[in-house]
Amino acid sequence: MTEETRAAAGSTTEAVATPERPERTDRPERAERPERTERVDRGERRPGRSSPGAGGGREGGARKFFRRKKVCKFCVEKIEAINYKDVRLLQQFVAESGKIVPRRLTGVCTPHQRRLSSAIKQARNIALLPFAGRA
Amino acid sequence: MNRTYELMFIVRPDMAEEDQDKLISTLESAVTSFGGRVKSIERMGKRRLAYTVRKFQDGIYVLLTAEGSGGLMHELERRLRVSEPVIKFLTVRIDEEQKRLDKIKAIRAAKRKTSSTPAAAEAAGETPAATA
Repeated sequence: MTEETRAAAGSTTEAVATPERPERTDRPERAERPERTERVDRGERRPGRSSPGAGGGREGGARKFFRRKKVCKFCVEKIEAINYKDVRLLQQFVAESGKIVPRRLTGVCTPHQRRLSSAIKQARNIALLPFAGRA
Repeated sequence: MNRTYELMFIVRPDMAEEDQDKLISTLESAVTSFGGRVKSIERMGKRRLAYTVRKFQDGIYVLLTAEGSGGLMHELERRLRVSEPVIKFLTVRIDEEQKRLDKIKAIRAAKRKTSSTPAAAEAAGETPAATA
């Protein structure tokens, strides 16, 4: 669908030979398609503009909108070892359905999120966490 | 020869206490016969499983930490796979992670001590690393 619109526009001087260009590139020609940039923005960590109920429902329900400066819990408390055995710590980052919560909602930094997700997968393998919960 | 592994396995909940001990002692002897060393054996007790494993809802968790070569773990896993009461197991290699944690602890200790007293920096910095 996106390729067709790009071909139909026709007036763009960019190299249309590569239709599989990802949407993340910020080119000036993209200004004519505002919905695409909005989608890019929502993918980034700019949660203030998106709907408040989109991702805030996970954090205990009391959050009405996002806090801009979410800090990584592991960096702040200086927790170094994320073990698959401490289920209570891991459960904070797992949704009710059993899915791993993305880091744009929890505010975890990238290296910790990587270790966290591998710990969650190890815990799932040893039946400490479920693969799929309710939904 | 200096790889440290952590093997966690789940035993079926209706297993008797002495059978568990027998199984664990078999594993221990296997470790030593392969030239390894058992660091610790921890029984974590009966827990509810997050999902049904072989029609069981609960299981007895046992954690075995051992030091040895890769072939040792291969052999242990083979034995666990054929043993009937063990329903699940997971092996994790922990020596690299331990090295990283020790390094971070040493850096932190050195930073803390140099901020307070420079004389006690090395002395205090070595002992936590040695005990950790």
